Amino acid sequence: MSENIIEAKDLRIFYGMNEAVKGVSFKIKKGEVTAVIGPSGCGKSTVLRSFNRMNDFISNIKITGGLSFEGDEIYGPKMDPAVIRRDIGMVFQRPNPFPKSIYKNIVWGPKINGYKHNWDELVEKALRRAALWDEVKDRLHDSALDLSGGQQQRLCIARTIAMSPKVILMDEPCSALDPKATARIEDLIGELKKRYTIVTVTHNMQQAARISDETAFFYEGELIEFGNTNELFTNPKEKRTEDYITGRFG
Amino acid sequence: MAKHLQNELEKLKRKLITLSSVIEESVVKSVRSVGNKDFDLAQEVIDHDHTIDLIEVEVEEECLKILALYQPVAVDLRYVIAVLKINNDLERIGDLAVNIAEQSIYMGKQRNIKIPFDFDSMSQKTLAMLKKALDSLVQFDTSLAHQTCLDDDEVDAINREMYGKVYAGIKKDPNHVECFIRYLSISRHLERIADYATNIAEDVIYMIDGTIVRHKPEIFHHSNSLESME
Repeated sequence: MSENIIEAKDLRIFYGMNEAVKGVSFKIKKGEVTAVIGPSGCGKSTVLRSFNRMNDFISNIKITGGLSFEGDEIYGPKMDPAVIRRDIGMVFQRPNPFPKSIYKNIVWGPKINGYKHNWDELVEKALRRAALWDEVKDRLHDSALDLSGGQQQRLCIARTIAMSPKVILMDEPCSALDPKATARIEDLIGELKKRYTIVTVTHNMQQAARISDETAFFYEGELIEFGNTNELFTNPKEKRTEDYITGRFG
Repeated sequence: MAKHLQNELEKLKRKLITLSSVIEESVVKSVRSVGNKDFDLAQEVIDHDHTIDLIEVEVEEECLKILALYQPVAVDLRYVIAVLKINNDLERIGDLAVNIAEQSIYMGKQRNIKIPFDFDSMSQKTLAMLKKALDSLVQFDTSLAHQTCLDDDEVDAINREMYGKVYAGIKKDPNHVECFIRYLSISRHLERIADYATNIAEDVIYMIDGTIVRHKPEIFHHSNSLESME
């Protein structure tokens, strides 16, 4: 049985007076791909962003309940947000490479975190793991902005990998990509799960079904169902899950 | 998207109901052709089989189209998968009705022997099972499906008894060996129809509950004993 890497206990997240996440509890298993699905505004991205404290930048946010990473409280007084963001990397909806070379995009994070080893090796390793090396190895010093959208997204994944994270969060990583680039990212997720725990938010239910081991369905701030992806998509336990995944509402 | 899928599923349901009623009619006619020595009716069953085959192909094509275009999940996925399987079973039932009709014709008018088994009772039980299975499918009714599965034991028992009766009949009246054997075949065909009705009922349970009950007879006997206690 897999050990849990992230655990939420009665997690509540408020934007001002609005309770966006209403007391949810779950466990993310280490080394697995967990997909988070639900209609817009259901709280799924809010939950995802709380894992590496990306919500800290929102002024009126309030978080209660327990949320731990490898047993340590993510919002505990001893937790350094910079450390948690190193351990839990994030890839966003739209590819957002720095307007610099491919090479500098990869080394940027490790450099400001004091990495002092072999830079070339680090770049090659990250790009290989992100399945981008063969396409860019001869133009590492070209601008990252010259890459296609799919390549830029894989570069962002490589940039995350370069920090040696334990968990990679993906917030709709394929929504701005064409089907071919999407398929490459999906294949890549299958490869990455051998080394990292992945939590991805997606609106594409077929994608959730294809790539994840576990699926969480959020609705109006509540966690309706969380379980094995295969079971959830063939025989969901909750009627609301069934209605949502079959397109009857949401 | 969801509405398109629901429309397609409705269309599929209508096609399956058409196939079900054609199959039921075919089995009823084949049984009647044996009881009434009605060869025209038997021939009608044989001639109609081609239509059944065509509908079966149509239903399968509909299922494949839905799977390819809509990638259904949950209850919709289970429905399409169950229909694919039930469609196959229905077509096989149609073939068995043809087999019964053929036996009826082969036996011709030489049926001056006493039928060696309770043909009426067996055929009525089989037809009732088929009807219950098809009703459970149309009405999405798991309790009817459960009953169908339980009824199969009775038809199996009649078929088992049949071997002994045919054996004794042949010994006593060796001049009608062929006729006895043809009755044995009919009994076997009816028993297979009951088996297919059971398969349909099992797939209906899967479709509704998501539970695979095949190869688990204890489920039905357990639920039956609970019902009798109530």
